[in-house]
Amino acid sequence: MKSIKKLVFGAVSMVLAATSVSGIAVAGGHGWEPTKPIDFIIMAGKGGGADKMARLMQAIVEKENLSNRPLVPTNKSGGSGAEALIAASKASDPDHTIMVTLNSFYTTPLRQPGLKIDSLSFAPVARMAEDTFLLWVHKDSGLKTFAEFLAKAKADGNKWVMGGTGKNSEDNIITDFLNENYGLSMKYIPYKGGGAVAKQVAGKQLNSSVNNPSEALGFYESGDMVPLVAFTKSRLPMFPNVPTLSEVFAGGKQISWSYFMQRSVVGAPGMSEKAQAYYTDLFAKVYASKDWQTYKSKKSLMGDLMSGDELKAYWADQIANHTKILKASGAIK
Amino acid sequence: MRRAEIITAFILGILSIYLMWKSGEAPDWNPDVARFDNIGLIDGEGPGSGFWPFWLSAIMLICSIWIGVNWYRRASPPSQSEEEFLDGYGRRMLFVVGGGLFGFLILIEVVGFYVAILAFMIYYVRFLGRHSWWATLSISIGLVVASFFFFDIAMRIVLPKGLSEPLFIPLYDIFL
Amino acid sequence: MDILASLFNGILVALEPINLGLAIVGVIVGLFVGAMPGLGSVNGVAILLPFTFVIQGFTGGATSPMIFLAAIYYGAMYGGAISSITLGIPGASTAVATTFDGRPLALAGKAHLALVAAALASFAGGTVSNVMFTAFAPLLATVALSFGDPEVFALMLLAFATFVGLGGDDIPKTIFSICIGLVLATVGFDVVSGEPRLIFFDITGFSHGIRFLVLAIGVYGIGEMLWTINTSRYGSSMSNVDVSARAIIDAIKDFRHAWRGTVIGSLLGFFVGILPAAGATPGSLMAYGVAKLTSRNPGEYGKGSIDGVAAPEAANNSASTGAMLPMMTLGIPGSPTTAVLLAGMVIWGLQPGPLLFTNQPDFVWPLIGSFYISNVIAVLINLAFIPVFLWMLRMPFTILAPLIFVLSLVGTFAAYQDMFDVWLMVIVGIAAFFLRLLDYPVAPAVLAIVLGPIAEPKLRQSLLFSDGDFMIFLNRPIAGPITVIALILIFLPLIKLIRDKMRQSA
Repeated sequence: MKSIKKLVFGAVSMVLAATSVSGIAVAGGHGWEPTKPIDFIIMAGKGGGADKMARLMQAIVEKENLSNRPLVPTNKSGGSGAEALIAASKASDPDHTIMVTLNSFYTTPLRQPGLKIDSLSFAPVARMAEDTFLLWVHKDSGLKTFAEFLAKAKADGNKWVMGGTGKNSEDNIITDFLNENYGLSMKYIPYKGGGAVAKQVAGKQLNSSVNNPSEALGFYESGDMVPLVAFTKSRLPMFPNVPTLSEVFAGGKQISWSYFMQRSVVGAPGMSEKAQAYYTDLFAKVYASKDWQTYKSKKSLMGDLMSGDELKAYWADQIANHTKILKASGAIK
Repeated sequence: MRRAEIITAFILGILSIYLMWKSGEAPDWNPDVARFDNIGLIDGEGPGSGFWPFWLSAIMLICSIWIGVNWYRRASPPSQSEEEFLDGYGRRMLFVVGGGLFGFLILIEVVGFYVAILAFMIYYVRFLGRHSWWATLSISIGLVVASFFFFDIAMRIVLPKGLSEPLFIPLYDIFL
Repeated sequence: MDILASLFNGILVALEPINLGLAIVGVIVGLFVGAMPGLGSVNGVAILLPFTFVIQGFTGGATSPMIFLAAIYYGAMYGGAISSITLGIPGASTAVATTFDGRPLALAGKAHLALVAAALASFAGGTVSNVMFTAFAPLLATVALSFGDPEVFALMLLAFATFVGLGGDDIPKTIFSICIGLVLATVGFDVVSGEPRLIFFDITGFSHGIRFLVLAIGVYGIGEMLWTINTSRYGSSMSNVDVSARAIIDAIKDFRHAWRGTVIGSLLGFFVGILPAAGATPGSLMAYGVAKLTSRNPGEYGKGSIDGVAAPEAANNSASTGAMLPMMTLGIPGSPTTAVLLAGMVIWGLQPGPLLFTNQPDFVWPLIGSFYISNVIAVLINLAFIPVFLWMLRMPFTILAPLIFVLSLVGTFAAYQDMFDVWLMVIVGIAAFFLRLLDYPVAPAVLAIVLGPIAEPKLRQSLLFSDGDFMIFLNRPIAGPITVIALILIFLPLIKLIRDKMRQSA
């Protein structure tokens, strides 16, 4: 057994010898630097949008030698992010614990008050991007515009099936919004991941979805899935012919509304100011890297870098907004 | 063995009832939903969130009763057996090895994985296995060193260190 | 011929020194990571993902990094059988079925037969699925697309049906074991209602559910070890194994007796593998079940049948290659490992989807070529290392036992980085020890916890779709026949068993 471990170590260390050239490269300038591997919690399961981004950030940090200690990603997706929030707020060493968050960062503490988590107690590090949502249908549905979609979905009543990731999640919020404001009664079926939802639309098991571009891109390129409307403030550079919801007049009204998924890195509650400054600087460098910028434009992500008090104010605003939305849909009291 | 069989069936029956009761739990944020509202087929939606665990637990309960009936009729091998469930050796083994495992777990929480592995290996190999000190120490220390390089350094899986953490900071300086 | 030409060019690229080197290193890393209980292909792939950027920086293109990760994946699928056979702990859910017969063979001093059979069956499974992958990839992608929720649920029913026969002779104890596995599978977060459920005593650790590995390592690593120590009374229960080269060669010759299991496993594994959401675990279970059902002497299964090792091993390798298909052509990962591979592809700038084969032939064909190469490398390296693994079994039991305990605890932690899981694993293990003494079969519970989390949401999503009408499982063209076959298979042995029992007691 011992010799096996040695062999394993031999093989792996050979591989890693190349990676660990990093040695004692320094981020410099700050008083504080991590002294041990950094716990990098991902608030979602493997393979999802958040996970892909987190692993890209980790890879950029390693590739460009931005940190003298590695980021060690751990997926904690349990309880719609509850597990991650609790793990981060109970971290024994908040200076070495950071977390990648999405909108469940606000909605989970609202939906599960028993957790006693205050989203604002986390240290703001950096908002890396905002993911966007579009309304997708299968090309064989023949629908070309949002107005046609409304007419068809209205006629089908609850036979029109919308799929999304999770109950009371971002996708569900958008579906509820459409149902409520355009007099629809679409049925919503929750799935575990966005990729599975897109596949169900492409396989014509579902009628429509509100996938992020990164989830539906493969089927968009093959022509199977067609975007009808974007829930953004301005048109996405990648889909110049897809109008935003705010600019279309359909169903007898024009509603100005947009919805985003934040992709932020936060520090564990109780993180020291020096550590927070270190991570803010680290992720500013990641944000500025070529790889991150390419990824952002390729996957049609929006949102500029945001950090410090500005980020905290953004969160406070989002929490107020989500409280209103969830109360209206009856998901919280 | 015969007595253990019925006691176990009884405990498993209680466990099934607990699981049934727990499956019917309503969400804590919504006082309007009553317990066991979620275990049936909701009209137009299919099974509620408690349907699957509740009815399967009910089957578990039936099975526990069935096991009890078999015990009464002496139909299953353990219910016929007059052997002791755990003899003296078995009880001692469970105490020494099972207890050792819990000691190992508590040590991990206090002083972290690596020190705990060292202590557990010495305990088992030297005091239970009665191997020589030379063999004991070379295996134990070898395992700790190999684990550190395999997990913490090569695989980047950082095992908890507890109180022994300061000992590892210099190692990170050298190897990471 | 077009395909053959592309494949040939692909293999040439895969044979370039850098790619060949990466494949060899990847296979070795995968083999050892897979052989560690607790760690599987997913850990190997996830941990080395950042390293692939270095490779990418060096070679440009996404081909070499992907060849490296795919080689790790391959190696780990071979490696999983090693801990199942030698230690009796399935290293990953895909290797559970391998313990059923691999462990009895090892205990009877025939570990070399089991290890060789596992390696060769894996090779056969990998080869069969490579050929099918090459020939029919785009066609199979359409098949996968036509599988909606009711179809996947029907398939899960079929998987249950094939392992109903796995339990012991005691009917209520077997049913109890299946049910408790299915109930524990619902612990955690309910996707469909969006609410946490069965969070025992409000302990946060339960919010991620009870993980398969916690149950598997607890049952096999702790429970089974305690049971062995108790029954063997300090003496070693393992017979000495023959580690000579001669024995290995004889074992290779012996493999011809396992052709039936290998064929069943290779074909079944591939078709289950390509269906999104199913993955290699149900594939290997179904292969074992079908091999047993169709066997001329099913009584041999579970007591050390070579076919019983070959079928699940052929299937899990075949299914892993198959699972690459929905990942590449539909962008849907069928397993955590393919999820990480998918993340990798996206990060390297590729877009998985139906157009991947047309848009990125320079990526796809060398990768497929590398599947063939890695498969050959993996079987050779695996066979070469068998004596090392066998040597492990000759260790005194009082050294092997604590090593297995340490590996179980460290492995459980390494899998999810959560101490709660480690505590739960030990408690489960001790409970499993008591149940084992009283003849409760525990394998059905371990399998149920793998299938439950797939089956339950699919059942409910289907019924949401049909407004609660159960006919959805019968009146769809694909789901219908599968459901009917599954129901027949579930109730047939049950009725037979009950009838036999009644005759016996009468």
